[in-house]
Amino acid sequence: MARLIRTEKEVEGRFEEVWLVVDEDPLDQWPEGPRTIVGRPAQRLDGRERVSGLARYTADLKLPGMLHAAILRSPHASASARRVDTSRAREAPGVRAILEPGDIQQLSADANYHGAPVLAIAAETYGQARAAVDLVEIDWDVREPLVDPEEAVRRESFLEEPRRYTRGDVERALAEADVVVESEYRTQTVVHNPLEPHQAICEWLGDELHVYISTQYIWGVRDTIADTLGLPPDKVRVVCEFMGGGFGAKNGPGTYTFVAAELAKRAGRPVRCALTRREENLDAGNRNATIQRLKAAARSDGTIVALQGEFIASVGWGGWLAPTAGPMQMLYACENVETVEYGTKLNTPPMAAFRAPGFAEGTFGLECLLDELARKLDLDPLELRRRNYAHNDAKDDRPFSSKNLMECYRRAEPHWARRDEVRARSDGTWKRGVGLASQIWYGGGGPPSYAWVRVGADGRVQVVTAMQDIGTGTRTAMAQIAAEQLGVPLDRVQVSLGDSARGPYASISAGSSTTPSMGPAVRAAAADAGRQILEIAAQRYHKEERTLSLANGQVQCSDGGAWRIEDVVGLLEDAQILGKGARGPNPTGMQTLTFGVHVAEVAVDVETGEVRVERIAAIHDVGRIINPLGASSQVEGGVIQGIGHTLSEDRVVDPATGTILSQSLDAYKLPTMADTPPEIVSEFVDVPDAHLTNLGSKGLGEPPIVPVAGAIANAIRDATGADVHQLPISREELLRALDAARDRARREPVSA
Amino acid sequence: MSELTINGHRYELEAPVGRALADVLRDDLGLTGTKIACYEGHCGACTVLVDGVPTLSCITLVHSVEGREVTTIEGLRDHPMIDAFVRADAVQCGFCTPGQVVSAVALVEANPTPSRDEIRHAMSGNLCRCGTYTKIEEALASWRA
Repeated sequence: MARLIRTEKEVEGRFEEVWLVVDEDPLDQWPEGPRTIVGRPAQRLDGRERVSGLARYTADLKLPGMLHAAILRSPHASASARRVDTSRAREAPGVRAILEPGDIQQLSADANYHGAPVLAIAAETYGQARAAVDLVEIDWDVREPLVDPEEAVRRESFLEEPRRYTRGDVERALAEADVVVESEYRTQTVVHNPLEPHQAICEWLGDELHVYISTQYIWGVRDTIADTLGLPPDKVRVVCEFMGGGFGAKNGPGTYTFVAAELAKRAGRPVRCALTRREENLDAGNRNATIQRLKAAARSDGTIVALQGEFIASVGWGGWLAPTAGPMQMLYACENVETVEYGTKLNTPPMAAFRAPGFAEGTFGLECLLDELARKLDLDPLELRRRNYAHNDAKDDRPFSSKNLMECYRRAEPHWARRDEVRARSDGTWKRGVGLASQIWYGGGGPPSYAWVRVGADGRVQVVTAMQDIGTGTRTAMAQIAAEQLGVPLDRVQVSLGDSARGPYASISAGSSTTPSMGPAVRAAAADAGRQILEIAAQRYHKEERTLSLANGQVQCSDGGAWRIEDVVGLLEDAQILGKGARGPNPTGMQTLTFGVHVAEVAVDVETGEVRVERIAAIHDVGRIINPLGASSQVEGGVIQGIGHTLSEDRVVDPATGTILSQSLDAYKLPTMADTPPEIVSEFVDVPDAHLTNLGSKGLGEPPIVPVAGAIANAIRDATGADVHQLPISREELLRALDAARDRARREPVSA
Repeated sequence: MSELTINGHRYELEAPVGRALADVLRDDLGLTGTKIACYEGHCGACTVLVDGVPTLSCITLVHSVEGREVTTIEGLRDHPMIDAFVRADAVQCGFCTPGQVVSAVALVEANPTPSRDEIRHAMSGNLCRCGTYTKIEEALASWRA
């Protein structure tokens, strides 16, 4: 029965109260541990399609009569176009439609960052569209850009009000503490750079708009387009069957979608608008840079009595203030905490959510600070973290729905115990060391999310839901859940997704929410279908329904009878059984979070500043694991992406002009296979969260990137004594830190 | 008129001077398994084999491969490397993966038992933003299993 409830919804650490219709199926969680299919490694259902190039991405689609759009972007960080002359462009070969500044709200003659969209042209080929863009004449009035976040704080140039948080009395605790450490950390701007560039194809069929788009949120794209263009939502159909990476940058429709929609309307033909790699590095979102001024105070026994932080985020011209102070507020049991976060508005490209936004940056600062504190206290860093274990959510004063971070620490011990042996392998200028960092982040998912499960006369199962698989293996995890519930082999299940017109509402694939949001809905739908199969079998074979169950592809009776599912459902001939399922609410009055710890081993060449990450052990508590194989891939991917922002990735802005200097994948250094640690160990506590849904599963997309930078920086400190304060840890930064460590050793010699 | 041999089939087509092989494959011939992710030779997603040598098709002019054997991912569908990638879960979003497979095939065809260093060297030109490198290495280490 449909039930209307009021509940709290969280995405990427942002909460809102929503009304929600749930049609929840009260199912007991499966017992802990691997089941027949859930909890056992499964190859991707769509692995062969993706690997062999059969999978069709938005980039591969070609509609009849399709035109191609190119966008003219501002070459200046702050400027306005005094004169725009498109007359030569209009005459250029192949041009079919032009959008001038102001024709749609996303195109403007007033440019406030390098790469801001100004106008757009559709032509028969992309080359013709780009050539026509080059014929547009613009006279710019160039203004002085604001790119320095400290100056922005002084001028109070903010995107939103500074966010202040206080509990307890920090000043008093600082005054009474035995030990105080204070440090400043900086993180750089990082660009998502998914390999499939942002793009959309728009086609009008009468008053209906079809949008083929590389997206993480089919329904969000639908709603935003409908809202912006004043269309009824059901007049917008959004399709994304395969997508080539997003990492947070594809949570909504970008300018390119609105450009394609309007050009398609004007030209009367479908239009593709795809970003180039260089546009991808200009105007597709980024993880914004931060400055973090942090203080921690402790008693001599290691109890942390105060944490204080000032966080300045270089958000850019748009975006939102990610919760960089979150780890400081939530990771440790500290009674006195005070944070202030400034989201500065600058003449730089807008930020977008990027894999654990705020927490990845904030954890780097906090976990480096903790190790500085451990050194001052002469306390083992792992022990310091245990002594300050948070047993409830002090920020919101509520219990955790589950927390097994202590078990993560316990499992970290054998990896942590390698440090004497690792240090002993230091050789010449290559010094080796071990460091760790904890992980905290959201990832409980939430309602609404819906799924259907069809069982046909051939006994095959089809999961139908209009979600997207962004590469995390969602199709496979959902198939495992349905197969487990229906007692059929995995190869009998297929998953149809990716089309708002052909499936029920499904959640965003962001905020580590896909599995915890969708999985319970799929299980409920499978249970509904299974119940119907048993009802049919009970009547056909004259059994009491309570004596029947599903297993091994059969309806089995407690009296020993068994019938193949296809024989039971076959009675329907060409019709199918349809099960429906919905995601229920999250537990009320509880905080649902994910936890973990990473132990990194590094080698540092103290002469050149080169860092090699030799091993990372990643231990996470994310509730029940559905697919251990896919889960290990998620962890490795998070670790490797984390190594990118720790050691090499850096979006470079010219401080004088505000222009972006790193626009290609030659200048912007993504990690390669050669940068990958020879060994990444993934471990999971794998205990279902007893309070969370019918699965007890949390999300895993983001947790593994969170502690990487802190663990590596702390390993560098262990290896060399150098305190790193800045990401990326370039050779320049490392040589500076080594110099500072040598100076400190001269000033205050310590016994080894 | 250009004559091309792709995956063992001969094609005759009109391609303007300056047209990239990747555009001919994807737009003119519908062989969309080859991906374009940077269009300037930095990422490896567009890798194809030209006479068995891994080649960046986005910065290769189509006229320069006339009379030579071009092999795309579509020509490698029966290669055991495909299974090796699927088994090892050496794929996430999959956009770089066809290019990875092509580079991997080029390596093992020349050297069926590559060392770890040889794998890392040969595969470093193929970027993967999802970070599947660990699993790709596994796939190459066990491709004939």
